[in-house]
Amino acid sequence: MTQNRPWIPYLLILPSVAFLALLFVVPLVQTIWLALSDNGAPSLANAERMVTDINFTRSVRNTFLLTIVVVPVQIAIALAMGTMVSKVGRGRETILWIWTIPLGISDLAAGLVWLSILQNTGYFNSLLFSLGVIGRQASWLSYQTPIALFIAIAVAEIWRGTAIVMVIIVAGLNQVPKEFKEAAEIFGAGPWTRFWRITLPLIRPALQSALILRTVLAFEVFAVVYALGGRNFPVLVGEAYNWQNQNQNYSVAAVYAVLIMIISLAATLIYLKALKVDPERLP
Amino acid sequence: MANIVIDRIRKSFGAFQALKEVSLTINDGEFVSLLGPSGCGKTTLLRIIAGLETSTSGDVRIGDRSIIGLAPKDRGLAMVFQNYAVFPHMTVYENVAFGLRMQKADDTRVKAQVEKAAGLLHIEPYLDRYPNKLSGGQRQRVAVARALAVQPKVLLMDEPLSNLDALLRLEMRTELKTVLQSAGTTTIYVTHDQTEAMGLSDRIAVMHNGVVEQVGHPVEIYNHPATRFVGGFIGNPPMNFIKVPVSNGQVAAGEEQLAAPKDVGNEIVLGLRGEAVELAPLPQGLEMKVRVAEPMGSHLLLTGSIHDQPVRVILPASETVKSGDTIGLKLDSKRITWLSPESGKSFPALLA
Repeated sequence: MTQNRPWIPYLLILPSVAFLALLFVVPLVQTIWLALSDNGAPSLANAERMVTDINFTRSVRNTFLLTIVVVPVQIAIALAMGTMVSKVGRGRETILWIWTIPLGISDLAAGLVWLSILQNTGYFNSLLFSLGVIGRQASWLSYQTPIALFIAIAVAEIWRGTAIVMVIIVAGLNQVPKEFKEAAEIFGAGPWTRFWRITLPLIRPALQSALILRTVLAFEVFAVVYALGGRNFPVLVGEAYNWQNQNQNYSVAAVYAVLIMIISLAATLIYLKALKVDPERLP
Repeated sequence: MANIVIDRIRKSFGAFQALKEVSLTINDGEFVSLLGPSGCGKTTLLRIIAGLETSTSGDVRIGDRSIIGLAPKDRGLAMVFQNYAVFPHMTVYENVAFGLRMQKADDTRVKAQVEKAAGLLHIEPYLDRYPNKLSGGQRQRVAVARALAVQPKVLLMDEPLSNLDALLRLEMRTELKTVLQSAGTTTIYVTHDQTEAMGLSDRIAVMHNGVVEQVGHPVEIYNHPATRFVGGFIGNPPMNFIKVPVSNGQVAAGEEQLAAPKDVGNEIVLGLRGEAVELAPLPQGLEMKVRVAEPMGSHLLLTGSIHDQPVRVILPASETVKSGDTIGLKLDSKRITWLSPESGKSFPALLA
């Protein structure tokens, strides 16, 4: 059918392409122009203003630190969850369903949940107090306790964002026929060897997707941080938000947006290169 | 090299009994097929021997050592899977070397063993390639080479040829026989394909509903099935079963009287191989109504009925029988199997 009318596929794709071009490419070009111009002429003044701001270095450092800590932990936990659930017979669906609940919660709501746990009058302090560990309310989320604040944000992010990694990993694990593992077992590979030498290489495509998705999302972290730490823990998107709303400076906010995009693209390229998926080596 | 003793193995999945006290002894260097329809328990038995499945009760010994509690890798066996299970992310060389690498063999030994196994299976040209670039037949060669490279005491094969197309299957079957004969490894081979089992095996264990119905040399099983199931499962066309009346210990086949086994009732089942007959004039021969005659070139296949019961017989291609004819048949009395109409079991006394 389509052989006679080769334009049909293009016609069917057209609406989505037009939609994306209109609502993605146009704003993108506008943002880049906004970032790299001053009074209608190309300029690096906005970038300079961003870089010299007191919160810039901290926000870059915080965002990278958070990403470097959170993403590997999420991948490790997701791999463990996926491997464990693959051994479960009955009730597997229920377990997966429960594990994916955080997927359905907005990140701001997730931040608020953890706030209710970790704030001065929160559940965590009540628990510690009732166990006699602390004598009075301890503060976890203030600028005076940066390490506790960092850990709190990291834990909340891990709790919120691991589910999507797990979904991708479980899908990847399901693609691996059990005979590969059985063959490895018969030929003498122990559980760890099977995991490192057979399972992990075979779920490489899923791993790559999960890493790219989670890393890009980690660089965009905002709501959880905002709910728990406010401005005590500046991150890149948070700074963009502040320049846009508090300072009403759309241009510097645009530079932040462009910076985040460049970092995300760079991370994606690094993953694509480092975890090259050779179709020849797939099942 | 080692003999294998399978001792009263039982396996239940909930209320379902997959294996009901299966016992079987396989001699050193012997090639034994587990043959049966799907669901008969043959693959479950193989997986229990491999250690991939646990048995409910019973024991398996290889060379007088019980292996039932051991991990698969400690059982001294290798396995070839139906879907090859050749690792796609390793080259053919690394696939064949996998077992040796796991045993921490040094590089010289790995190289020597891989080259030897690759030579046996004719896969030397592909050693640097990835399995994805190979055909199904080549991948199965890699899987067999991987198994032989570790010089296992016992080789387990789970329907290794059933994913190949018919022509390739025939070719691989012949080659497998050559390779395994020279390797001399004790082999257990699971298949549902009777021609494979007949062609390859020293002995066949025919399984049905979790029970070994008969163990024996392929020709013995073909000619003297122990049960109606075995006779019907082995051979193409399957054995004919005709219920016939017995009078004075004799069964009439046309004008000829055949001696029935002693102590039978009024009826007995006559098991007849399709080719154990020759044409005879009526009324001397046993009457057969031919419904369809199919000249196959090498032989003539007749489908019809004897005593109103469906039969299939084979005559030489030179005979001229047409659809709708009524013919007489002389039965080869030495090749008749008598079976009990109640139990479906053959009368072994008469086989001697």
